[in-house]
Formats: sequence, C-alpha cells, structure tokens
Amino acid sequence: MTATTIVELPRPRGDSYLTDGTTLSSWLLTHDHKRIAILYCLSITVFFFIGGAAAALIRLNLITPRGLLLDAETYNRIFTLHGVVMVWLFLVPSIPTTFGNFLLPLMLGAKDLAFPRINLLSWYLFVLSGVIVLAGLIGGSVDTGWTFYEPLSSGYASGALVVVVGGIFVNGFSSILTGLNFVVTIHRLRAPGLTWYRLPIFCWSTYATSVILMLATPVLAVTLLLVAAEHLWGVGVFDPAHGGDPLLFQHMFWFYSHPAVYIMILPGMGVVSEIVPAFARKPLFGYHFVAWSSVAIAVIGFLVWGHHMFVAGESIYAALVFSFLSFIVAVPSAIKVFNWLATLHKGSISFEAPMLYALGFILLFTIGGLTGLFLATLAFDEHVTATYFVVAHFHYIMVGGMVSAYFAALHYWWPKVTGRLYPESWARFAAILIFFGFNLTFFPQFILGYLGMPRRYATYPPEFQVWNVFSSAGASILAAAYVLPLFYLTWSLFRGERAPGNPWGATGLEWQSASPPPTDNFERTPRVTRPPYDYPEPAA
Amino acid sequence: MSEHVLEKQFVDLAHQSETAELGIWGFIATEVLFLGGLFAAYGFFRYLHPAAIAQAAAHTDLKIGAANTALLLTSSFFMSWASLAARDGESRIVARVMFVAAALGVVFLGLKAIEYTDDIHEHLWPGPGFSLPTADPKAGEVFYFIYWLLTGIHALHLMAGIGAILVIANRARHGVFTRAYHAPVRVVSLYWHFVDIVWIFLFALIYLPGRGG
Repeated sequence: MTATTIVELPRPRGDSYLTDGTTLSSWLLTHDHKRIAILYCLSITVFFFIGGAAAALIRLNLITPRGLLLDAETYNRIFTLHGVVMVWLFLVPSIPTTFGNFLLPLMLGAKDLAFPRINLLSWYLFVLSGVIVLAGLIGGSVDTGWTFYEPLSSGYASGALVVVVGGIFVNGFSSILTGLNFVVTIHRLRAPGLTWYRLPIFCWSTYATSVILMLATPVLAVTLLLVAAEHLWGVGVFDPAHGGDPLLFQHMFWFYSHPAVYIMILPGMGVVSEIVPAFARKPLFGYHFVAWSSVAIAVIGFLVWGHHMFVAGESIYAALVFSFLSFIVAVPSAIKVFNWLATLHKGSISFEAPMLYALGFILLFTIGGLTGLFLATLAFDEHVTATYFVVAHFHYIMVGGMVSAYFAALHYWWPKVTGRLYPESWARFAAILIFFGFNLTFFPQFILGYLGMPRRYATYPPEFQVWNVFSSAGASILAAAYVLPLFYLTWSLFRGERAPGNPWGATGLEWQSASPPPTDNFERTPRVTRPPYDYPEPAA
Repeated sequence: MSEHVLEKQFVDLAHQSETAELGIWGFIATEVLFLGGLFAAYGFFRYLHPAAIAQAAAHTDLKIGAANTALLLTSSFFMSWASLAARDGESRIVARVMFVAAALGVVFLGLKAIEYTDDIHEHLWPGPGFSLPTADPKAGEVFYFIYWLLTGIHALHLMAGIGAILVIANRARHGVFTRAYHAPVRVVSLYWHFVDIVWIFLFALIYLPGRGG
C-alpha cells in the first residue's frame, strides 16, 4: 500500500500537532491549519445542535394539525433560526473549514495554507458572526425565513433583522477569506511532482467550492448590506412601499444562494470520491471527468439562479432559459454518481462506517438530485412551489447528502485527526440509523408537498396528519442517531485504540504522515511520482 | 533578514511573493463582485427611471468630483513609482513616494468630507428630510441612497488603503525592502490601483449623467 510516493515515516521524534503547546492561547492564537480545523469543528458542532434543536421543535409542533406547542409567531421564528443557523453556521462552513483546513495542506504536501494568519482571522470572524446572528435571532423576533424575502424583511420586519443580517455580513467575509486562502494554496503550494491531475478529487472539489465562496459570497454581503441600509434609512431599493423592487432582491439573493447550494454539496462529493476508492480497493473510475465535473458545477451553478423565481414574475423566456440551464447543471452531478458506481463495480468492497455513510450519500443525493429535475420542469414547479416537496428535495441534498458526507469524513479521517480509532460497531449502527431516520423524516415530505401542503406554516389541514406523524417519528430517530457519535467519538478520544499512520491502507499524502501529524505535517517535503487512487487494478 | 521574513510554507522568497500577489488579485476579484452588486442595483434603477436619475445626478458637485479624480490618478502614478523603486530595492525612495500617494488620498478624503457636508445642507441625505425635485422623487432618493453607499464604501476602502500605505511606507523607511523582498509594496499598490479604478467608474456613473448637451 505504499501507493503514492514516499515510504511511510516512523512516528516523528517530536510532538504531534496536538501536543505542540497545551495552553489555551496556543490554541486560540495558533496559525496551524490543523488546530484551526479543530476550532472550527468544535464551533460548528455547537451550531449544528442549536439548529438541530430548532428542527426538533418544528417537527414536534407539526405532530398535530393545529400545532402541538408553538403559536404561529414563535413557529416562524424557530424555522427562521433553524434555516439561518444550519445554512451559514453549519452547512456552508462544514466540510471546507474543518476537513478542507485540516487536509488540504496535507494532501498537497505543504506545511500550511498560503495565509495562516488570515485563516485564523476567518475563524474569529466566523465565531463573531455566530454570536451576532444568534443574539439577533434569539433576542429579537426575526421571522422572515433564511431567505429574507422582501417585503417580509422590510416593512414587516423588526429591528433585530438588521442585527441578524449584519452577522451574516460578517460571516460572509469569513467565507470569502477561507475560499481565497484555499484557491491560492492549491495553485501555489503543491508539492514537487503534484500536478493538477495527480490531485485527489477532494482538492478539486474544494477548489471549485472555494471559487464559489469567493465570487458568490460578496454578492450576498452587498445584498444584505442593502437590506440593512434601506431598513435603517427607510429608503426603497427592494422595498416596494418605498419605490424599490422585491424581484431585484430575489435576483441578487439567489445569485449568491444558488451557487451556495453547491458550496453545500461539492465538498461532500469530494469526500465521497476519496472514500469510495479506498473501500472498493480500486482506482477512481473516470478521474478526469469527476475532477472537471466539479469545475463544471461551479461554473454552470452561477447561471441557474432564476429557477427559484419561476412563479415570482420572471418573464417566460427567462424561465425557459433558467429551466434549460438547470437541467444542464444536473449533468456533471450525474457524471459523478455514475463514476462512483463504476468504481464500485467489481471492487473488493468492505462496509466500514465511512463507506456506509458514503453509500448513503450516493443514494440520498441521487434522490435529491433527481427531484431537483422535477423542480426544474416549469409546469411541475408551479404545482409544488413553496410546498414540502421543495423542503424534502433540498434536505435530501443538504442533510442526506452533505451531512452524511460530513459524518463520512469525520469517521474516515478521525484516526488521522485524533490519532485514535473509533468503535466500529457503534459507528456502523449510527450510520444505518441515520439513513433510516433520514428517509422516514423526509420521504413523507415529498408526498405532503405533492398533495399540496405549503411549507412554513405552523398548522395544516387534518388530512395531512398521518404523513406528518411519520416525518416527526423519523426526526426523533434522526436526532438520536446524530447524538450518538457525540458520545462514542468523545469516548474514543480518551479510550480509543491508538491509530497507525494509515489505518485504511489508503492512498493520498495525508496517510503518509503520522497520526496525528506533526505540526509541520511532513519531515521532508514529499515528492509525488504517481497518479492518485493508485490502488491495484483488480484482476480482470 | 530574508530568513526572518520567509514563512515556513514557502520554498523561497520568490515563491512567497508570487503567492502574496495571487492572493491580492483574488481579493480584488471578490471586491469586484461585492461592488458589482451595488453597480447592478444602480443600473437597474437608471434603466427604470432614466430621467429622474439624470436630474438627481446633475445635483452632484462636478468640480469636487473632477478634482478628486485627478488626485487619485496622480496618487496612482506615485504608487507605480513605488512599485518600480521597490523592484530596484530602493527602499527609501519607496517610502517617500508612498507618503506622497497617501497624502493625496488624505486630500481626497478632505474634499469628499466638504462635499458630504454640502450634500447634507442640500437635504440630499436619504430619509424623511430628503428633498430634491426630480421626475420621480423616489428614484431621486434611491440615486442618493446608492450614491452615499458607493462613495461611502469607496471612502472606507481608501482609508484602509491609506492605513496600509502608512504601515508599509514606515517599514520602507527603515530600509526593509530589497530586490528580493518587496511583495508588500506590490500588494498594497495593486490594492490602491484597484480603489482608484473603482473611483473612475463611480465618477462616470455618479457625476456625469444629466450633464451632457
């Protein structure tokens, strides 16, 4: 398994990055990409459970048609909190800021990112934004949903909206700087011999994600700046009561937020592209296509925002073009799925926890992607716009897809990050539980949406109750399955078996370093001479 | 000294310098998108209300706008000079010409402050007190709303630029920069030129509409 480049080094004489400095300030002022990744991981875990608690309240409320415990006003605030926290404080940063930060320099054979101080600054901006956003959401009454549509966010919004929007503005600069750091690092800090086509797919997908972070996030920032400013001045750029145009808001918002959807899936695709070859013991099928499909998604993803506005008053010609482009953007995603399947074909597959999560990702992402094509179809979209069909669709992508990929990554690289092995049986159990809990939660929502149940209401007609009860039951399983890793992973930190440098026998430079890696990652800068995923070809 | 400035993730100073330059180009790309949103909003309203926007724009102070354009262009000339001097390792010349560029930026801000004061006296601050007779009063107000935002954001960028220049020029004064190591000068000058170019667009879009024959 000395697949890529250098012979596996013995554990270095000195410390690992975890023991290199133990004071609080050695963590809070660190420039080490690996420690910053840990800081991010801890912060987004907190935000994940805050957003998850809000989701639990939503599902609890929807058990009965009249709403079990929340009045409509509170319900609106809760789903707004759920959306805002999950999108900006968990999903967008999730894989890039944790595994991107931790792995990118290791995969590139570099000692750190290009701009380590800016990396730390990004984390501080992120935490600051989290505090501001939560203060606004919990302290004030913001009930616009995460999309801040006008005029909900102008004439009808409270002053706390300005606080929340300001927090997301700060969050944007954290994203922008992270994206910039990654792009420059991938361009400039590849080890000798590590050409673009020798990069692991995780690097390609992180690159594509980072380009979107850099180029889409500023538009969100300026859009939210305009929302806050028109709120403070009482002037209308978007607010129709003051001569503004709410459609302009939707255009500018989705110009960011549709590409942002790909921020919330491309990194997951990168993770799965690492895990599938490792547990099928085969090279990744169609490497070049998988690599370029990430770039294609990033580029085409900028041209499809209008499909969020089919019923908002966009011209029929614009709608036709956006519909067509939305079908086109599905092609590179399909290319990836087919290539993962072809990689599995005739592989020696083993079903460790990361692989279970990755297979779950492939299935759930495919369902989410295919229902996306339903929504790109103009006539069908009119029927299900703003129903639970849409909610189910994007949860299949973001939760079934991205959160599964996040857990896949967490388990796959856990030995590398912590130097400990996690308990395999518990992890497999959690992976399977998440899969079933997820489907039970969200599949009924496709049916509810098709039957016409609108999203974002605290109450619903009684005939929808049975599907809602299914969904809420699934959510309780999902909640348990998400809490489970918190316990056994924490346990493994202290009691888990020590991990060898390369427990999976995987290719990739990160596995050539010790577990956990030393502060400078490698004793000598590695020299790369082989293609990625250099697993032995199976006998014909 | 070169060992001192070389960070561990780079092979040598050239590697570090080229990386820093790529970084600032990337940052400029994000800035283009940031300001692009405001320019898009501007374009949208100008397309919807061409007459009112032209009338509103004719109320801006062309003299100050033109003087400020000249000031920034001149400051960019000095920044280019600083870049060239840095390439030749003339650290003290770098310091001198950068101070001139920063001083021109400060004069720009002074003139801008005078212009802002006049604007407020003429009730051009958006909100309840706003008054400007145009074909569509709301559109006139939106024009000034975007005017304040765009020029305000530009002024903030300029202040950041002046701050950066002063820090770098102070290092230059101590002879830090050599033929091999002068990336910070290149980076700050690219940023300064970008802020200058943004102003050229602002000048054309804010001061010139409604003034042609």
